[in-house]
Amino acid sequence: MSLRRYHAARWDEPLIHQIGAPGRRGQHFPLASSAGLVPAGLQRTSPPDLPELSEPEVLNHFLRLSQETMGMIGVSLFGTCTMKYNPRVGEQAARRLAGVHPAQPAETMQGLLAAVHGLDLMLRSLSGMDRFTFQAAGGADAAWTQAVITRAYHAARGQGTSRTKIITSLQSHPCNPATAATAGFEVITLPLGETGYPSLDMLKAALGPDTAALMINNPDDMGVYNPEIMEWVRLVKEAGALAFYDHANFNGVMTKIRARDLGFDACMFMLHKTFGVSKGGGGPAVGAYGCTAELAPFMPGPLVVEDGGAYRLETPPQQAAKVREYLGNLQQVFKAYAWTRAMGAEGLAEASDLSVLLNNYMEKRLLTLRCVTRSHPEQTSPRLEMTRYSLGTLFEDTGISAVDVQNRMADFGIDAFWLSHEPWIVPQPFTPEAGEMWSREDIDYWIDVLAHVIDEAYRDPETVRSAPHNQVVAKLSDRDINDPANWATTWAAWQRKQG
Amino acid sequence: MVQSRAHPFMPNSAAAGKAALLGELGLTGTEPLFAQIPAAHRLQALPDLPPALTSEVELSRHLNALLDRNRPAGDGLSFLGGGIWQHHVPAVVDEIVGRAEFLTPVWGTPSSDFGRNQVWWEFTSQLGALLGLELVGLPVYSWGAAAGHAFRMAARLTGRTRIILPAAISPERLAVIEGYAHSADPAMRLELVPAPCDATGRLDLAAVAALADANTAAIYYENPAYLGGLETGAAELAAIAARVGAETIAGVDPISLGVIAPPGELGVDIAVGTIQTLGVHMHAGGGLGGFIATRDDARYAAEYPTLLNSLTTTVDGELAFGLMLFHQSSYGSRELGKDWTGNSTYLWAVAAATYMALLGPAGFAEIGHLILARTRFAGETLAGVNGVKVAETGGVFRELLLDFSASGRSVAAVNRALLERHGIFGGIEITPNRALFAFTECHTEADIVRLADALREVLS
Repeated sequence: MSLRRYHAARWDEPLIHQIGAPGRRGQHFPLASSAGLVPAGLQRTSPPDLPELSEPEVLNHFLRLSQETMGMIGVSLFGTCTMKYNPRVGEQAARRLAGVHPAQPAETMQGLLAAVHGLDLMLRSLSGMDRFTFQAAGGADAAWTQAVITRAYHAARGQGTSRTKIITSLQSHPCNPATAATAGFEVITLPLGETGYPSLDMLKAALGPDTAALMINNPDDMGVYNPEIMEWVRLVKEAGALAFYDHANFNGVMTKIRARDLGFDACMFMLHKTFGVSKGGGGPAVGAYGCTAELAPFMPGPLVVEDGGAYRLETPPQQAAKVREYLGNLQQVFKAYAWTRAMGAEGLAEASDLSVLLNNYMEKRLLTLRCVTRSHPEQTSPRLEMTRYSLGTLFEDTGISAVDVQNRMADFGIDAFWLSHEPWIVPQPFTPEAGEMWSREDIDYWIDVLAHVIDEAYRDPETVRSAPHNQVVAKLSDRDINDPANWATTWAAWQRKQG
Repeated sequence: MVQSRAHPFMPNSAAAGKAALLGELGLTGTEPLFAQIPAAHRLQALPDLPPALTSEVELSRHLNALLDRNRPAGDGLSFLGGGIWQHHVPAVVDEIVGRAEFLTPVWGTPSSDFGRNQVWWEFTSQLGALLGLELVGLPVYSWGAAAGHAFRMAARLTGRTRIILPAAISPERLAVIEGYAHSADPAMRLELVPAPCDATGRLDLAAVAALADANTAAIYYENPAYLGGLETGAAELAAIAARVGAETIAGVDPISLGVIAPPGELGVDIAVGTIQTLGVHMHAGGGLGGFIATRDDARYAAEYPTLLNSLTTTVDGELAFGLMLFHQSSYGSRELGKDWTGNSTYLWAVAAATYMALLGPAGFAEIGHLILARTRFAGETLAGVNGVKVAETGGVFRELLLDFSASGRSVAAVNRALLERHGIFGGIEITPNRALFAFTECHTEADIVRLADALREVLS
């Protein structure tokens, strides 16, 4: 296959503060006098140093910057994030929610609440949980929801001060240990065994009367499924702790397993990953948090309740804490409802099948490439929706790193692959996730580009090391932006530091 | 399962293509690919979901039928505010946030994301100019989340646990803050100490001074306050905080900063607030976004939980953007990082960057003057309605506390009548007899007169 002659748009677009001219205007408002209305000492005395631009200049500036962003127009297999098609019909319909105020009476937003409740019911079917809240504004916020519910649950049982530890694994997303620590828990991180998941003995050694909860993902980011997970959950509950399922990698197991059937007390789905909602470059997002009836009284409210075809809002009696104001990012919940209705149970099963099929197809081809290896070779069963690979040998042979390869692949219209969360399990990791949206040709192209770059790394390492070459700009310099003398998040700081 | 028709969202669901892919693996079905999952874990039947609407024409009809059952406040006349407001969103902003390059992806390389990173930087850069502060993080979920993180920053900076904050605060915001302040570890709990406020939400300075002690990590105030008042005690509050070695944290709405003194000039150490008012629709609450900003000081920078996007250079000496202090985020250090971060509200950074560029200094001044003028007009007009008492009409921004006690009517009854008989969404209930009504550039004087006339009828 010949590689695309991709080249990013290069507009040499200046910074917004470097364009415009005094007196230009991009928006007018009706003129009004506020003389005497701002108390003494509170008036702004010098105007903010903002650019002065006309409306078309602003439009073109940001359009050019959008063109200088690859977005998902190239092939993006960003592992763990489940790059997914965002149906435009959902985006279009959700615009009709733009003017809804979250505090308007429930009677005036019955259609929206019907969709929220409808998605709640569908997620209950998919997980076996009794109730969902959509308040969490992302996956990490759903982990935070679990942490605050854990806190409230044990406090209500008089064990708030004795259950001080949350157990997770080295392969869990950083948000699990980080939210647990923020909530005041001590974090125990289990290392991985040879099979790719921690052993039961490691779990048993960590469990005790001071355990508050287990926060775990499964399958993990390496596509490895812990077959002992039911025994894990049983032991956790036997110890009096809660078991939380981080379903970040649900795409490969949709309709195949249900968190509740495995014994979990709670789980979360990321609507901006698995359920077709646009990612927005990192939110607004939704971590849909579902739990059993036993935990439901602690959920952050209000929740949507159906009563004879009408919908009302109800705050759970022992609400732990709110994790976001109001009901969450409901326009995104509506989009997820639209996506799930478009898929149906059979469509979800098909998406899951295809994401695992494509991952294994990719794996078969990738492992034929020179120096691509995968983590945990002892784990011989097919991986689920992702596989963790290593370019360690390439790095040893040529000095070319996974980041170099990532940069060079972008030259051919391939957006970044995911390397790995910290800590790295294998040297020079990379983790593509095929998902169900990309065609076989897209996947083949991705592999062809990687093959080309690996070949190039041996033939002409300097071209790879100095990549990218076809992008808006070259790679970053080694300027130390962790040095206060160099960093600048604003134009004012930059100007001051540059003199 | 092979469907009879390929699903429109899934290219490889076409039967022949899928069979060919299976053939590459020597398979005739996908089942062997799930061998890792023990049989006892497997669901035996498909979960019960409503029938799929795979045709867009059917799905679109279904979605629009649902949406027809809503009556968006912003499509009519509404005075709802209290934490999320109806402000004008310029058409250019809607076009930019709808660009697929910004709307759909998540993360690329510094080069492939160059344009998006520049927009993010222009967000922090322009917001910093409004705030008078040089260090601004990428956005967080909301004002409440920003305040919660800022309180935790102050606690780490001072080694103290007491936070003094206004008793008059949005209950939604406070409920979020309480989650951040609480801890499973009693020694780590932040003590939230509410200080009394006047009828517009301004803090009682003497009370704050009396509450401030050697264990005070921060004094937090809002400007404008929850009940609309401009915080005339801002400078004094910073002085009280300085006297006891506490941090001064201010919650501000940047839309006011064309006319109101910025936190950077009022001795504020950490500024937080909303970005929803900078070009983001309400989206039923989904329009929220928050920010954290400080002076450009390494001591403060070291406590940011957010990602921080810095200007830097490429190997060719061109300007580019990179993440600074990444190691202190939860991505870099897991539970040892500063609180946590993750997906946030980054699309709203794109909206806000566009909005701030459209308004410029003159636009922010104009909208500030207009909101102040509309609020005053509303105060004077509504004060003339029998049965309505307006807490204060001067020194307030955007929001007025209306008291219906004299009429003997509850807020709930008034709001119901306004909606049913006049098609008007009234304000947020603060107490059974008092409500917070918001007035923005979206309202004309005629709208306010219409509200006054409606209230006369309702209260008669």
